[in-house]
Amino acid sequence: MTSQEDRIAIASDLPEFEDRDKQETKFTTCYMCACRCGIKVTVEDNKVRYIQGNPNHPINKGVLCAKGNSGIMKQYSPAKLSSPLLRKPGTERGAGEFEEISWERALGILEKRLKRIRETDPKKLAYFTGRDQMQALTGMWASQFGTINWAAHGGFCSVNMAAGGLYTMGHAFWEFGDPDWENTKYFMMWGVAEDHNSNPLKLGLKRLKERGAKFVSVNPVRTGYQAIADEWISIRPGTDGIFALSMIHVLLKNKLVDDEFLIRYTNAPQLVVNTPGVKGDGLFYRGDSEHPQVWDLQKEAYVDANRADVTPALFGELTAPDGTPLRTAMSILIEKYLDDEYSPEVAAKECGVSAADIERIALEMAHVAFKETITLDVEWTDWAGRKQDKFIGRPVSMHAMRGISAHSNGFQTCRAIHLLQILLGTIDCPGGHLAKPPFPKHVPPGIKPAKTNIPNTPLKSPPLGFPTCPEDLVIDDDGKPLRIDKAYSWDAPISCHGMMHMVISNAVKGDPYKIDTLMLFMANMAWNSSMNTAQTLEMLCAKEDDGEYKIPFIVCSDAFNSEMVAYSDLVLPDTTYLERYDTISMLDRPISEPHAACDSVRIPVIKPDRDVMSWQEVMVEMAGRLEFPAFMKGDGERKYDDYKDFIINFEKEPGIGFLAGYRGKDGTKSLRGEPNPRQWEAYEENEGFFEYELAENQRYMRHANKDYLELAKEAGWVGSTDQILIEIYSEKLQTFRLAGQGLYDGPMPTEEHHKERLVKYFDPLPIYYMPLEEQRIDRDEYPFHAVNQRPMFMYHSWDSQNAWLRQIMNQNYLFMNRLAGEKLGIEDLSWAWVESHNGKIRVQVKLMEGTNEHTVWTWNAIAKRGGAWGLADDANEASDAFLMNHLISELLPAKGDKMDKITNSDPVTGQAAWYDLRVKITPAKEGETGAWPQFAPLKAQPNAKKSPDMLSYSTHKNVNIVRSWADTLFRGDK
Amino acid sequence: MKLGLVVDLDSCVGCHGCATACKQWNTSGTIGPLSDKDPYGKDPNGAWLNRIRTYEVGDTPNSKTVHMPMSCMHCEDAACVTVCPTGASYKRTEDGIVLVDQDKCMGCNLCAWACPYGARELDPQEGTMKKCTLCVDRIYDQRLPEAERQPACVLTCPTRSRTFGDFDDPNSEVSKLVRDRAGKQLLPELGYNPVNTYLPPRNKPVVVMHETASISQTVKGWVNKIISR
Repeated sequence: MTSQEDRIAIASDLPEFEDRDKQETKFTTCYMCACRCGIKVTVEDNKVRYIQGNPNHPINKGVLCAKGNSGIMKQYSPAKLSSPLLRKPGTERGAGEFEEISWERALGILEKRLKRIRETDPKKLAYFTGRDQMQALTGMWASQFGTINWAAHGGFCSVNMAAGGLYTMGHAFWEFGDPDWENTKYFMMWGVAEDHNSNPLKLGLKRLKERGAKFVSVNPVRTGYQAIADEWISIRPGTDGIFALSMIHVLLKNKLVDDEFLIRYTNAPQLVVNTPGVKGDGLFYRGDSEHPQVWDLQKEAYVDANRADVTPALFGELTAPDGTPLRTAMSILIEKYLDDEYSPEVAAKECGVSAADIERIALEMAHVAFKETITLDVEWTDWAGRKQDKFIGRPVSMHAMRGISAHSNGFQTCRAIHLLQILLGTIDCPGGHLAKPPFPKHVPPGIKPAKTNIPNTPLKSPPLGFPTCPEDLVIDDDGKPLRIDKAYSWDAPISCHGMMHMVISNAVKGDPYKIDTLMLFMANMAWNSSMNTAQTLEMLCAKEDDGEYKIPFIVCSDAFNSEMVAYSDLVLPDTTYLERYDTISMLDRPISEPHAACDSVRIPVIKPDRDVMSWQEVMVEMAGRLEFPAFMKGDGERKYDDYKDFIINFEKEPGIGFLAGYRGKDGTKSLRGEPNPRQWEAYEENEGFFEYELAENQRYMRHANKDYLELAKEAGWVGSTDQILIEIYSEKLQTFRLAGQGLYDGPMPTEEHHKERLVKYFDPLPIYYMPLEEQRIDRDEYPFHAVNQRPMFMYHSWDSQNAWLRQIMNQNYLFMNRLAGEKLGIEDLSWAWVESHNGKIRVQVKLMEGTNEHTVWTWNAIAKRGGAWGLADDANEASDAFLMNHLISELLPAKGDKMDKITNSDPVTGQAAWYDLRVKITPAKEGETGAWPQFAPLKAQPNAKKSPDMLSYSTHKNVNIVRSWADTLFRGDK
Repeated sequence: MKLGLVVDLDSCVGCHGCATACKQWNTSGTIGPLSDKDPYGKDPNGAWLNRIRTYEVGDTPNSKTVHMPMSCMHCEDAACVTVCPTGASYKRTEDGIVLVDQDKCMGCNLCAWACPYGARELDPQEGTMKKCTLCVDRIYDQRLPEAERQPACVLTCPTRSRTFGDFDDPNSEVSKLVRDRAGKQLLPELGYNPVNTYLPPRNKPVVVMHETASISQTVKGWVNKIISR
């Protein structure tokens, strides 16, 4: 104890401020955003006194962000729904006229409807969820129901990020991997708004600062993290790919690559067939083997690439014994990126980063990777069983997020960033980019998307998976999409998170077919979660000639009176995060840290005061009512009493369940073990989380680390202990490209535009291309990029409106570069019209320095409908804030060709291209003020508590410190 | 003792975590409630003890964004105390914390006008002046775990940019930070001698470039090495 602490500990003459005997402390997991921090909640009389970060928690280590600290205002929101709601007969969708009904009636209505769908045509149930963190459960539920029409919100969030990494190295950023904050010396952050993830990123940036590491930020906007970067690269949106590839050009020109890493851990030396225009071109040469071949320099022979005892040629052009011309993947790569189109001079014109900066940053990273190498003297065993005496670290790391992924070229840009990391040898090494268990997985994970639609029959595989060739597409014999969102069709072949942003639009058009019921959880599709919001509202209310809604029945589960509630027919009120049991499961994307496998739970800390049921509980109950095989015993009895019982006893395979901790009958087994009847209690006793620390020799090079891979197989994270080979060259993408060229033995597209897209965008090596919206509009007419981000204090806090946080921001502005604004005669705080190919909006402008001059941007989802969320009709969010969504179409800009009907998404993954938007800006006329368009206020939920005019929250009578009269009199004004 | 805060402007990202942690703790704390007027209506406005101001300094290309958390500086010569007509505002002798006795405050606002840091806010419901107490109801509380006897803003700060301690003690963490990082007072020319101190952004690390040796224009320039898999 320091002398200072000594002195502070001296009790002062203070009153007792609160009765701690009346308070309890409980641990659970935050849900104010997707970051999943551990929280310690002090409760007094069933009211929340204080929510703080749990100091022992692996994710947040005691800290908590602005959202987490505002949980009280979520819990006490006047917009909380208090009973199931049924749209009143004779009233219209959107009118918000509901009758309160009992849970028994609500569940009965749902059961009857779902039973009929399941018995007849299961795909007529479209079940889509927001960022619910329970995809392991909802996905399994959909599989058991038998509908392929299930996905969570990944398709409109960051599937490019996930897919880009999983198809390259078996892990990616955020939930899949983190920079090695403790050892990295050079950190480059790409397109990270204030988003994924919250507290770990902030803690990490502080560690970099403490250690004097360099922090470079690539972002068109300088807010938040960018403000503390050592270097801010003001890039033009959507051009990060050419920036990354040009840095690769610089590295290759100077022969600055980690060739040992490439030979041992990647497919760079594998031989590729070089027969353009002929079947088999671009695929790996296998000879008579089933495995790709390399040329062994010592044996001077073709050998299986996966053997340990080989010395492969990294470069070279060869001719196979059968006369087939071959090149190594690395040779193709070098030839491609040494081309002038990737030179810094050419790239600079496209991305706006100067040629000198491109070259300098590439060479700085090379210096740190190769001249400031770190070694950890830890013995480990490689995949082939060979002892190694150290881990070699190349301390350059990166993190990238939505600014990269929310473009229609985002998949290839993510691959480009990973390729840069791989060439520098910075993958899963000390100081580099580290995977987080259960990642890395083999490339890609071995799950294929389901295609079947059989009444009363579960799917054979999950609705979402990872196609590796055209045979895996979810299309019919004529090549038409089978899924309502057209995921896994020729429009977006590897859309492995689904395409939630297309569901309403497709269902209303009946393209590819009509559905019966749309079931939504935690997704505000009637407002900020949809592209094209104004027209989406019309779609939700669109009717057939016979007066029936085009989407006949809409069910939503929500804890609050959101905009979506008004557009639903049946509303099931959810609990808040402080009122529910929940799991953040190892079967999903858990809370692991690079050196520890972790998962966690939510445990109620507050008793609900309303007639509500958590969606988890509804899922399990409905699974029992509908008699899903996995939820029934052989004798027709239900297998699980409730959600808690299901979590304890469900086994995906023997010993593997939703929670990896405290397994086995006595709770002593980790990762795998029979069900523990006291598992919930064990989590509760351990502050709501489970942490399994990896041994020192399992912490790095896990794609090729025997001890790690054996553990991963035992834990069910991977299917085999084979090396996870990093794929710089993707043969999987090439199969799709061959299909586009008409050179594939298997399904091939018939439409010209599909062929063209496959040939152009399914390059087996990362490429840059202009985002699709930009290709189809007049760039001079729409001169600005328009992007958006959520502020740090609201990021991912999607399911509430918060009385404290809205005091920090309740109106968004259109921010633009001061010089760009002045050129157009647009003054600070003036109103302006912003127009895209899809429509126009009126907004208030703020001029700033820290914005790329070709870019305008705003804070997203600040705007709300009046009346929703307990807000007054004239709340600032309704009158002055605006949604950029109105400008963004879910379809590509119309040009009168076949592409008009194609989704506004990445052509590879179906990732919603939110940030491809281009706009023009004109000053508003005098007197034109206020946000436009405006929407009529929504109704409060039935029996809503009136939102207070004044709020004075306290859990007890506040105890004042009284200044003594003596002090007042004798010390005077001191 | 001279208690106060050090705020590191080199790492503050302006996340507002400290602001809401403060609001949350203190609304049920000794200075609370911290009321909010029209919390769901037009122009909501409540009493906050800690707010984050974000500025851009300078014009392009020499411009920088700065996040600046602002709360009571617990000045050694506090103008707010001098002007208080009722003796409600005072600076404690034992630790230097500036407090407002809610029973004596009549809400005249003089102190808020006198404070050059904008650190005092009138509670819209109570009509009394609210301000940072350095969580005086936490830092001495023997029933809290020792590590948690810290102001709420310090405990929560996700970039660990806030440090609490005794500026009188030359060996305290705050004193060391002020020395090592050339800590600055805000508006020292006014002579109120604020205790809270800000650490300015550091010099940027310099990374040298890798030398550019062999310039390779084609794949032919690469030679295979014997490297076993």
